[in-house]
Amino acid sequence: MEIIKLINALPGCVSQGVIWGIMAIGVYITYRILDVADLTVDGSIATGGAVATVLLMAGVNPWIALIVAFVVGMLTGLATGIFHTFMGIPAILAGILTQLSLYSVNLAILGKANLPLNATKLELLISQRNVRALSLDNPLIVLAIVTAGVIALLYLFFGTELGCSLRATGANNAMARAQGINTNTNKVLGLMLSNGLVALSGALLCQYQGFTDVGMGRGAIVIGLAAVIIGEVLFSKIFNNFALKLLAVSIGAVIYFVVIQVVLWLGLDTDFLKMLQALVVAVFLAIPYWKGKYFNKKTGKGA
Amino acid sequence: MANTMLHINHIAKTFNPGTITEKKALLDVELTLNEGDFVTVIGGNGAGKSTMLNAVAGVFPVDSGKIEIGGVDVTHLPEYKRAKYLGRVFQDPMTGTAATMNIEENMALAMRRGQPRGLKWGIRPMEREMYREQLRTLGLGLEDRMQSKVGLLSGGQRQALTLLMATLKTPKLLLLDEHTAALDPKTAAKVLELTEKIVAEQKLTAMMVTHNMKDAIAIGNRLIMMNAGRIVVDVSGERKKNLTRAEVMGLFEKAAGEELDGDRLLLS
Ligand SMILES: Nc1ncnc2c1ncn2[C@@H]1O[C@H](COP(=O)(O)OP(=O)(O)OP(=O)(O)O)[C@@H](O)[C@H]1O
Ligand SMILES: [Mg+2]
Repeated sequence: MEIIKLINALPGCVSQGVIWGIMAIGVYITYRILDVADLTVDGSIATGGAVATVLLMAGVNPWIALIVAFVVGMLTGLATGIFHTFMGIPAILAGILTQLSLYSVNLAILGKANLPLNATKLELLISQRNVRALSLDNPLIVLAIVTAGVIALLYLFFGTELGCSLRATGANNAMARAQGINTNTNKVLGLMLSNGLVALSGALLCQYQGFTDVGMGRGAIVIGLAAVIIGEVLFSKIFNNFALKLLAVSIGAVIYFVVIQVVLWLGLDTDFLKMLQALVVAVFLAIPYWKGKYFNKKTGKGA
Repeated sequence: MANTMLHINHIAKTFNPGTITEKKALLDVELTLNEGDFVTVIGGNGAGKSTMLNAVAGVFPVDSGKIEIGGVDVTHLPEYKRAKYLGRVFQDPMTGTAATMNIEENMALAMRRGQPRGLKWGIRPMEREMYREQLRTLGLGLEDRMQSKVGLLSGGQRQALTLLMATLKTPKLLLLDEHTAALDPKTAAKVLELTEKIVAEQKLTAMMVTHNMKDAIAIGNRLIMMNAGRIVVDVSGERKKNLTRAEVMGLFEKAAGEELDGDRLLLS
């Protein structure tokens, strides 16, 4: 348990956290703004990776690959949205159905279960090899730019008439409809936006780790939720602005990966990692419930 | 003769048809409201009052019949499209506003009722001044709290805000479903007073469900009573003005053909 090993691992944790932070911002849109738990993400993050991998191997400009991955991710959200609104399937189940079918889709895109991306031969935006580089090659530069761009665009979007109507849809369906808002269209739109971001994150992740695996999204929703909740628990008191709330999600993802690293460094067998992830999220989800049930009798409901 | 604002043309609605929970909520409802009519709706629990208002609002499709608002056939329009014509305030103060959004955002949403929503700013600076003026008329001090989340407001404040939002863009028809029932008597009186003021100022056509007989008689120019999915009493004009409680009870008994069960009617 040398501390130096942990310190050495930290830059990688931060980069990974920022990548997953983009995914978690997507989860925030569905889970917090639209108030639906969307499980499409376990599939769409790999879809983003698969699309980007194939494009990068064909020599496509990596920024274009990111945009295409985003658009394809939106289509996966569209599928879930249609299952949910048009076919009346509960949101969770709709997400599971899409996630399952995406496994086949991802295999079809990749051609096999796993494809490597060679950072020396291909033009990639980021690579794990440069996590400790003190130059523009450091993945954090690109990641910071992408994250800032995503947050800025979302901040602008949710300030528009359409964005406000999306927030109203999540906040109060009945009210939204009474104000003439097509709540079904908005749910589909929110799911598309969310999964677009998740796929974008997958497109960055495959470059960073140097490969895409059809199973790379397993349990992604849990990491996304963990980031959202950690961000809220730590920053909800100080961050009121919407852009800062999204930033909190990103920081939440970084903290999550640092904590996991510390736990591994303390000697946890990696086989138990997924279980640990699930338990951490379970406990964080339980905190507001416990608070309301046992400590909050007098103050009543919060906003 | 005044223009017809609402025509409910023999509508019927059965919930859960063909199951053991089947409920014929509306049997055959026929009602015409003229422009400027302010109708109070009374009737026992389960009489079909909310169902009638919800049918007009398009919360669910009706089984038969037709609904026209301001001459437009809305029978097959979804709820969000009918919203263009309607202002609505609900019994539960939670229903009419978005708790996690602030006061001005809620008002901006209401201001755009019935309009396409695109990528223009959700709220423009010049709107704010207008909202502030409007809020001032409520006399609740909300004009100084426009950035507060609506979830922090009291039930009465929320109902007053919902009423304001429902009429911010003048609706063809205002639907009020026991909108003061969840409030304490003093607040209820205040919201009711506000309702009368807004309806008079904007010359609105309105339907207000209430369980308060005194209010039902005192407010509006017309009173209808529902029983078992039908409108059984319809009084307007001079006769409505001079109605008494006892008379209403008598009318009900005659129309419904049964003894009035005070508990079930819950009229005070
Ligand atoms: N969505 C629904 N599904 C099934 N049954 C319903 C539904 N809405 C109303 N009902 C039933 O239809 C009947 C009429 O209900 P409605 O809510 O219109 O009564 P109301 O006159 O508004 O009564 P109250 O004074 O209690 O509000 C009731 O028996 C009710 O249980
Ligand atoms: Mg009712």
